[in-house]
Amino acid sequence: MAVPLMLYTLVILPFLAALLIAIGSSHGRALHSGLAAAGSALGLALILGIAGRVIGGDVLAVSVPWVPVIGLDFSLMIDPLGLMFAGLILGIGLLVVIFGHFYLASDEATGRFFASLMLFQGAMLGIVLSGNVLLLLVFWELTSLSSFLLIGFWRDKAEARQGARMALAVTGGGGLVLIAGMVLLGTIAGSFDLMTILERGDIIQASPLYPVMLVLILIGCFTKSAQFPFHFWLPHAMAAPTPVSAYLHSATMVKAGVFLLARLWPVLSGTELYTVIVTSVGLITMLMGAWVALFKHDLKGILAYSTISQLGLLVMLLGFSLEMAAVAAVLHILNHAAFKAALFMSAGIVDHETGTRDIRRLGGLAKVMPITAIVATLAAAAMAGLPPLGGFISKEMMLDETLHVGLFGISWLVPVVATIAATLSVAYSLRLAVHLFFGKPREAEPHARAHDPGAGMWASPAFLVILAVLLGLVPMALAGPLVSSVAGAVIGNAAPPLGLALWHGVNVALGMSLAAVAIGALLLWRHAGLLRGYEAMRHLDAKALFDRTLGAADREVRKLIVATHSPSLQRMLFASFAVIVALVAEGALTGGGTLTGARAGQPASAVAIIAWGLLIAATIAVVRAQRQRFLVLIYISVIGLIITLAFVHFSAPDLALTQISVEVVTILLLLLALNLLPKTPPLLSSQPRRYRDALLAIGGGLGIGGAAWAMLTRNPNDPISSFHLANSYSGGGGTNVVNVTLVDFRAFDTLGEIIVLGIAGLAIFALLDTTSRGAAGARLRSWQEDMPHSPERHPLMFVMATRILLPLVLAVGIYIFLRGHNQPGGGFIAALVVAIAFLLQYLASGFDWTDARRRVGEHLLIASGVLVAMATGLGSLVFGANFLTSSFGYFQVPLVGEVELATALLFDIGVFAVVFGAVMQALAQLSQISQRAARAHAAQVEAQQQGSEP
Amino acid sequence: MSLTAHLAIAPVVIPALAAPIALLVMRRKRRLGIAISLLSCAAMLVAALVLLNASADGTIRTYELGNWPAPFGIVLVVDRLSAIMLTLAATVSLIALGHAVITQADRKGWHFHPLFQFQMLGLNGAFLTGDLFNLFVFFEVLLIASYGLMLHGQGPARLKAGVQYVVVNIVGSSLFLIALGLLYALTGTLNMADMGLRVAEIGPDDQGLLRVAALLLVSVFALKAAVVPLHLWLPRTYAVTTPAVAALFAIMTKVGVYSIIRVVPQIFGDDAGAAAWAPAPYLLPAAMLTAIVGFAGVFVARDLSEQAAYAVIGSTGTLLIAVAGWQTDTLTAAIYYLVHSTLAGAALFLVADVVARRRASFADSASAGPVFGQRELAGLLFMAAAIAATGLPPLSGFIGKLLILESVVDVPGWGDAWGWAWGAILATTLIGVIGFARTGSAIFWKSVQPADGALSTTDSKALSKVVSKADMAAPTITIALLAAWSIGAGPATAYATAAASQILDTASAVRAVLGEP
Repeated sequence: MAVPLMLYTLVILPFLAALLIAIGSSHGRALHSGLAAAGSALGLALILGIAGRVIGGDVLAVSVPWVPVIGLDFSLMIDPLGLMFAGLILGIGLLVVIFGHFYLASDEATGRFFASLMLFQGAMLGIVLSGNVLLLLVFWELTSLSSFLLIGFWRDKAEARQGARMALAVTGGGGLVLIAGMVLLGTIAGSFDLMTILERGDIIQASPLYPVMLVLILIGCFTKSAQFPFHFWLPHAMAAPTPVSAYLHSATMVKAGVFLLARLWPVLSGTELYTVIVTSVGLITMLMGAWVALFKHDLKGILAYSTISQLGLLVMLLGFSLEMAAVAAVLHILNHAAFKAALFMSAGIVDHETGTRDIRRLGGLAKVMPITAIVATLAAAAMAGLPPLGGFISKEMMLDETLHVGLFGISWLVPVVATIAATLSVAYSLRLAVHLFFGKPREAEPHARAHDPGAGMWASPAFLVILAVLLGLVPMALAGPLVSSVAGAVIGNAAPPLGLALWHGVNVALGMSLAAVAIGALLLWRHAGLLRGYEAMRHLDAKALFDRTLGAADREVRKLIVATHSPSLQRMLFASFAVIVALVAEGALTGGGTLTGARAGQPASAVAIIAWGLLIAATIAVVRAQRQRFLVLIYISVIGLIITLAFVHFSAPDLALTQISVEVVTILLLLLALNLLPKTPPLLSSQPRRYRDALLAIGGGLGIGGAAWAMLTRNPNDPISSFHLANSYSGGGGTNVVNVTLVDFRAFDTLGEIIVLGIAGLAIFALLDTTSRGAAGARLRSWQEDMPHSPERHPLMFVMATRILLPLVLAVGIYIFLRGHNQPGGGFIAALVVAIAFLLQYLASGFDWTDARRRVGEHLLIASGVLVAMATGLGSLVFGANFLTSSFGYFQVPLVGEVELATALLFDIGVFAVVFGAVMQALAQLSQISQRAARAHAAQVEAQQQGSEP
Repeated sequence: MSLTAHLAIAPVVIPALAAPIALLVMRRKRRLGIAISLLSCAAMLVAALVLLNASADGTIRTYELGNWPAPFGIVLVVDRLSAIMLTLAATVSLIALGHAVITQADRKGWHFHPLFQFQMLGLNGAFLTGDLFNLFVFFEVLLIASYGLMLHGQGPARLKAGVQYVVVNIVGSSLFLIALGLLYALTGTLNMADMGLRVAEIGPDDQGLLRVAALLLVSVFALKAAVVPLHLWLPRTYAVTTPAVAALFAIMTKVGVYSIIRVVPQIFGDDAGAAAWAPAPYLLPAAMLTAIVGFAGVFVARDLSEQAAYAVIGSTGTLLIAVAGWQTDTLTAAIYYLVHSTLAGAALFLVADVVARRRASFADSASAGPVFGQRELAGLLFMAAAIAATGLPPLSGFIGKLLILESVVDVPGWGDAWGWAWGAILATTLIGVIGFARTGSAIFWKSVQPADGALSTTDSKALSKVVSKADMAAPTITIALLAAWSIGAGPATAYATAAASQILDTASAVRAVLGEP
């Protein structure tokens, strides 16, 4: 197979398997595990097929650009390091799938299980085969996400859910930190291509950003590889099914951090900062993990802490910045993968066959489950570093390397602590084997039911243990070339000559190793006493701390969010105005310039001054009477009236007409609406808050007043309106420039605004049509007229006057409409004027009478109005002109004379219809509510009377 | 003039025709009305895609309404950014409308379809116009239509939030008008390109006023975008409204962001004197605060729709961090992330609805309830939506965040501020992850099997009812689009880069709108 295709296949296979499993999730366990096994096996075959070439020195790579802007390429690369990890991921993956098939009951959600497992496998493969660090990040976060699903597999268990969330928070969070580190790394190196980065170690270490970048990347690695102080998530991830633990904590998830340290070893290592941080974190983790592991009782708990300890060992080795230490790390990665997966599976078998994982309840199992005992004991011996197993060789190499490293200027620190940790490792490994399989059974029940499982379950761990043994007996033949070439890939140079063997003669490392074994055995002998001592000590419960921290964060943040986001309109407006007033003040102060512009003022007439005084008085009155709504309405109408007068005064008759008609319509509608509402709103704010709001309001008012003043005292420089004035007649066919602007120059705006009115009509209908239901309806039914009424409901004079007025007003409306293009008027004003005539009918003759005579629906008016305006606009397209292009011409009509017809007139009909429709819609809805309320109330009163009669 | 020359107006004309027609036929022929509404959205998508394709070569198309030459009449301007926004709006509209029809949410009240189409009219108009006053008009269309849609289906919670929504936004509109008045008084024009030229000629006496106008205008846009502390109106409004509507609203806050991106370089660029890049120094801190507040809300939200609403705020914050850089590469990141975050927000609201429809009275609250139908699938959808919203791989949020991180490193004048920006983005991502993991595991993992009879009869009936999977179509499509946006990030970012440089090359817009000097 061609290299590119092979690499892509390799990464895609697990995802494909996951997809197929998910599709077939309703089928049986055999299909799921079969697909997973097939995917893993196929991948493994591919790996083995190229192993020779890669170990021989070929680096196979392929790359296609993905997001070139950020240097993210989909590039895959396989070198010896990647090869080894890919082999572990797929090989152990295959064994775990086989084990898992027999471990899981057939009624479990095996589809979900194996699909998630394959997702995870794909993500892990992606990490180790990425040739681009950004791509590596993608897969890195994918492992966090898919392990979240795996750890939380038994979703009904609280500890599974919590464990999954904790793992996600820690490793996912670490991944985010890693993103920062990697992006920095790429930015410093000038490339995100892994090979390029690896060549630029000098540039990277010389950068001032190196320390920050280093720490960020290390946090990413440490969280993933469960290094102190981020280790606490790992033991809680044990809530996962055992096959998952065997996979995640032997060869994959937690090794990702170690992998990345190894991958970036050439560019990161070698500095003082690196050596100190990585060595000491590894050392502490190794010691701490081993110590705690000695006192755990849950088999998986022991293995969890032993994993932490072993990872610490690996991290420490990589932290030494020594080439030979890197070799030792590579060898130990292999060893650890083999014995740890075997141990997890053995623990799973014991759990499966005895029903418990508590080591205090077990013992003497060698008699009843001999195969398991042999497998697990050998694996534990490898973990202890006993000869003739592989673990012995790598541990001795490790101890030997510690002799070359001084930390904080103390040359004995690392060797001594490492030896202590090794001693503890011997102790917990031996304890695992001895307490589990030898001696007397501690409890009868688990012992009685225990037996060896079928070959399907023990085959996988047995295979791994054989490997662990062979790694000790024939290390050079089995792993020599691999280790040597992988170490070369880590170092970035040819690896130092390698002589893997059990016997290296008598040296210091051998002495340390012997001491570890001897003291370790001693510790096991005195274990009961030690345990009492350990349990008497106070221990920090990391989970409780984590939960407390998150719980407290949740509580406090919730409080804060709720307190600041209470749905209070006052607060929303306060925040908005406060920000805006502050910004405006800042703008005015930093921008400089003057408030008053250069435009010459006009002399104020006495009338103007009086009107101005009235305006201010009415405004103050509005504020003072703010809680008496009717009164406020009256004052507001005064303000509107004065503004109308101002428009008249400044020769803007169109504006004045519009203003007065809008004013009348809104005030009338508001009066009708207010009739149904409480007349005095409740007091919502406390006194100090009202002062605060008043201050802000004054600030805002002054700001707006100032802005208006500044605007009015300035002459725009060559405004576009001069074009409108010049072209109104020649281009728009009208002498009323306001109307021509509305229906021609800026007809598009008008189109939008009439649509706004139309929408308002629809919204009013949608909102009010349902008021008879629910709580609002109940309130409405109990509503009583609370205003003093004239005894005469519909005064005759008023009725007659309005009815005579109607045709007259209609005629006026048509007149205003038609003359609009040349004289003050137009569709908008005409619609309002006509609407007022109808409004008066409602007021005078009552809702029932008028409603009964309503013929044309408001919806029809609104819809057809918009359509007419749109059709006018589109009509110009037929003539090859742009949307809303107007056309006009003069025609001789008999008797009337010359008449101008403009397409703008058609547009204005649309305007008229929509505006009229929207206003009538509001009116009709208000009227219907009142009618319904009145009817309901009457019915209620009647019912009460009937009830009281007999 | 061929019909293609009128293509620019199509995104406005289509909904403006569809809305009244739907209004007319809806009462008697419901199905026909729905068909018209769907057809309109599809047509908008086609028009937008044609414009997107046509703008790819860098041409800026202008369309002078009523044949009045710019700057005297109103002009529509289609450049790459407009085309992207139009396409995004049409896409989201199809998804939201489809979901509303499938779940029959459109039948819960009056006039859903006309209002929906009018809302699209407002969106498209805002993305197309090259005239500041016209932008105001379309903001009004947007606002009033969204108010109607927001109240759709009613209920006290919606009415209460609706009043707040509309009042706060009307205040925004008033301020918009004041800012417009100031700018017109200073420049004598409303055309954006023309205004960009004329601000350079403003004398020293008027600089303060100009700066006030700039800050006021951008504040209004920030209010629309729900930038902290102008965001208080959003959480309740979005959380209580019909989910299909909320999904459409995911793009509404982006109108504010779009306007900032459009207006600031064009009008308040280098030549604008005291107003040059006036909002820039405030934008970064406000954006970071917005991201933090938004994701803090995600962290503590008590139900999925509330969480989605806060996620919308948070993503706007993240987005504005990129915008605040005002460089080609930061704007590239912003445009890419804008599309992503709109779809992600929509996906969250839709998934919340899928969940709520299956859990009877437990709705979408983040508390354990009985096992519900299709929990597995719904959980997967939620996880995907949450991955998108937080910006984890493999969906497009991750690439978006990488783009932002890389682009802000060397923004001139930022100094070490990029470190803060990085911290804000990554920390809020983590907070978001934890928040979504919490609600997700409570709803989809944890289950409480109530004792017999403990459930109300309506609940047990609703829980045992077999729900069709049809309502999962819209969220699934949205998530598929997010995946596609991730896979196609190469061409997408290339287009975004071109769009960003076009935005910053204001002279090209001036040439296109006002002709060669």
